[in-house]
Amino acid sequence: MNPTQNYIELFRDNRTLVEHGSAGVMNSMRDAALKGLELYGLPHKGLEEYLHTDVSAWFEPDWGMNLARLEMPVDLAQAFKCSVPNLSTQLYFLANDIFASSDTAAKNQLPEGVIAGSLKEAAAQHPELVSQFYGKLADMEKPGIAAVNTLFAQDGFLLYVPDGVVLEKPLQLITLLSSKVDLMVNRRILVILGRASQAKLLLCDHALVANRYLTTQVAEVFAGEGSTFQLYDLEETHYANRRISELYVNQDADSNVEIDYVTLHNGQTRNTVLSTLSGRGARLSLNGIATIDKEQHVDNMTFVDHRQSDCISNELFKYVLDDSASGAFAGKVLVRHGAQHTESRQTNRNICLTRQARMFTQPQLEIYADDVKCSHGATVGQLDEKAMFYMRQRGIPESEARMMLMQAFVGEVIGRVSLEPLRDRLNRLVEKRFRGELTQCEGCRACR
Amino acid sequence: MNTVEQDNSLIREISAEKYRYGFTTDVHTEIIDRGLTEDTVRLISERKGEPEWMLDFRLKAYRHWLTMEMPRWAHLDIPDIDYQSISYYADPTVKKEGPRNLDEIDPQVMKTFDKLGIPLEERLALSGGVAVDAVMDSVSVKTTFKKTLAEKGIIFCSMGEAVRNHPDLVRRYLGSVVNYRDNFFAALNSAVFSDGSFVYIPKGVRCPMELSTYFRINAAGTGQFERTLIVADDDSYVSYLEGCTAPMRDENQLHAAIVEIVVMDRAEVKYSTVQNWYPGDENGKGGVYNFVTKRGLVKGVDAKLSWTQVETGSAITWKYPSCVLQGDGSQGEFYSVALTNNWQQADTGTKMIHLGRNTRSTVISKGISAGHSQNSYRGLIKVGEHADGARNYSQCDSLLLGSDCGAHTFPYMDVKNETAIVEHEATTSKISEDQLFYCNQRGIPMEQAIGLIVNGYAKEVLNKLPMEFAVEAQRLLSVSLENTVG
Repeated sequence: MNPTQNYIELFRDNRTLVEHGSAGVMNSMRDAALKGLELYGLPHKGLEEYLHTDVSAWFEPDWGMNLARLEMPVDLAQAFKCSVPNLSTQLYFLANDIFASSDTAAKNQLPEGVIAGSLKEAAAQHPELVSQFYGKLADMEKPGIAAVNTLFAQDGFLLYVPDGVVLEKPLQLITLLSSKVDLMVNRRILVILGRASQAKLLLCDHALVANRYLTTQVAEVFAGEGSTFQLYDLEETHYANRRISELYVNQDADSNVEIDYVTLHNGQTRNTVLSTLSGRGARLSLNGIATIDKEQHVDNMTFVDHRQSDCISNELFKYVLDDSASGAFAGKVLVRHGAQHTESRQTNRNICLTRQARMFTQPQLEIYADDVKCSHGATVGQLDEKAMFYMRQRGIPESEARMMLMQAFVGEVIGRVSLEPLRDRLNRLVEKRFRGELTQCEGCRACR
Repeated sequence: MNTVEQDNSLIREISAEKYRYGFTTDVHTEIIDRGLTEDTVRLISERKGEPEWMLDFRLKAYRHWLTMEMPRWAHLDIPDIDYQSISYYADPTVKKEGPRNLDEIDPQVMKTFDKLGIPLEERLALSGGVAVDAVMDSVSVKTTFKKTLAEKGIIFCSMGEAVRNHPDLVRRYLGSVVNYRDNFFAALNSAVFSDGSFVYIPKGVRCPMELSTYFRINAAGTGQFERTLIVADDDSYVSYLEGCTAPMRDENQLHAAIVEIVVMDRAEVKYSTVQNWYPGDENGKGGVYNFVTKRGLVKGVDAKLSWTQVETGSAITWKYPSCVLQGDGSQGEFYSVALTNNWQQADTGTKMIHLGRNTRSTVISKGISAGHSQNSYRGLIKVGEHADGARNYSQCDSLLLGSDCGAHTFPYMDVKNETAIVEHEATTSKISEDQLFYCNQRGIPMEQAIGLIVNGYAKEVLNKLPMEFAVEAQRLLSVSLENTVG
């Protein structure tokens, strides 16, 4: 039986259990998800979108799934101390795919009307709000993970910011992967921003125990008119981790969204970002860094859909590949008929440090409007020899010079991160990463 | 003549001017029955008097073709093609009566090529001269300057002749670059191909004149499936030109060709194309479907292959001239201008496969879309594990004229060697208002101004063309853009 069939059977056999551990709104989408999965199946290597990441193999093992919602016996606040200096955040935790209600979360002070917390609980308490948005962007009528995630997701995180409310303090959602068996985790994130509201969300992925994990993450972001949203997705996991994520963003007029993907440590990662600029004057800044080595693999795919005029999108992805690491980047920009005065820039630059490192890049432009300024650029190369020579001439040791050049290379992306304390921390983390000091995430006590 | 008729004739004149090669020639042409079966393949082989091995080659390809499906990955909307409704062989050189005489060409055919501006009389050629192999439908009607070339040991003849006179060379190289299994159209071509040109430049010879093949589709209900093979031996040089036109017809005609090039040590081949197949009328009716596989194996050390193409014709273009850079220090170049207007669709680009050490490639592609057309660049830069020091630079620019057309870029980069440097840049924009305003201000009308700016934009590529072609290409770009101002 192929993996798709396995998951369909698993769901049919355990439907009551899945639905029992979740909320009505989430359950109401499961029939559509089942249909989508039956029709389109799981992603596999035969598809153009998954040409460079063999995700079909990821779904083959017999993963455990916590459908019965057994509690994870970890004291979260004790296990985790995030060491971002000067960054004070409102902390939330997801233990695998269960929202962990902790004291820290309860102490968080939020302006009136803001909802932040368990998606399951929010769906039970505010069904009219959640049902308006849940599953409305995630496309289940294509081979991807939206269908399988919607089918099994029981909980996750919800952020709702009403019209005109500004959240000064960034929210931080820390996902801790911890399990005694190899585990598949299906989590869901929903962000709803009202008109002219503002929020920042930092997602951190950590693995506590060195078991194998497969994470599917589907996030939906609705950026209302004139809203401002920053999303930082930081992955610091280990070699046995498989992560496949889809982020859907819908931007209304004059909204301003920044998305930064940082992969410092991982096993195999596939991130897909599908952003729709559906209102005039929307702006998107989409950035990514991957610093990987050994057998690690990172595949980022982005799709920016310019539907209305006067929108601006700006993309920058940089990879540093060491050892036998492999990277892939595919970015597509679609400018629809009538989306005049579009400005779109896309850049992907990569450094391969060894012979075994491998990079595949595929930028794409599809343009159906004439009054536009669009460009893309991609390079694959090594560190600049002249710059190396210059530094060595001035007495800087080779290893140090290399470090500085690599740091400067990814520094361009870090510079685009608008949250200053995070920028500092990223600079430090990247430096540590390049020095080989960061073999495990430093924030988790369990790792030490 | 009443006014309506007058109007009509005027319209006809004007539309004929837009595509000035749209005439047909009334010449007795022997066309085999429509349809494609194993018997058709045998019949073509028999007509051409081919040896057994050639027939085997065709049959193998035909049987493989049966197992294949038409590719759908390109950014093209290709209507279903009924391969059984096409005639695969049309011979305009066969006399109605009497034995066939190769030296005697039907005056009608001569006139056709004169009208196309391709002189088949050697004395009429420009000084310095261009040797021409003129192919009408499935048959090469004449190859000029064969004697002059033969003195230097250069072989320049039709493929049919090469199979008869130089079987060893043909057998050695035919299908060595583009295997019949390569793709759907390559398999089809390998099964039914008719004349194209065969060129062999011996060691150390610099070809004294430009070689050129002119392809003309004339007969209705046929397709053209020519095959060209160029072999440049060590330290040789050749510049080869290809031109093509077809009559204006309401039906779509199929053109599926293969061009194979082998470049040995330190040799250099320059291959230039001005593709001007009938693009269909302003409503998208008719036009040639151009599905071509062009590939060069740059086999030798320090060898060089350069593709230059100006694509203005065809209703649908599916074409990726490629270089396999096998020899150490070998070089590949691709310069392209693709212009689409009305309802034309083009998906064109290149593949640069770096296998040898210190191989270099340059890709410059300029796309121009107007009307309701769709114009895509699709390219692959692949650097193999052993290609130390490989270097690539690609630049793809698209220019949009009008708000109903589309310009797309699909570059692929696959790098397996850390010493490689691969760069790609692409921009898409519309024609600059400032430049147009400047021209208008100085009394240059809009249409001419656009022509001027487009020619300037394409200059980088046009400069790579041999002189005779460059002039023609510039004129073509301006004509193809007529009536884009709205």
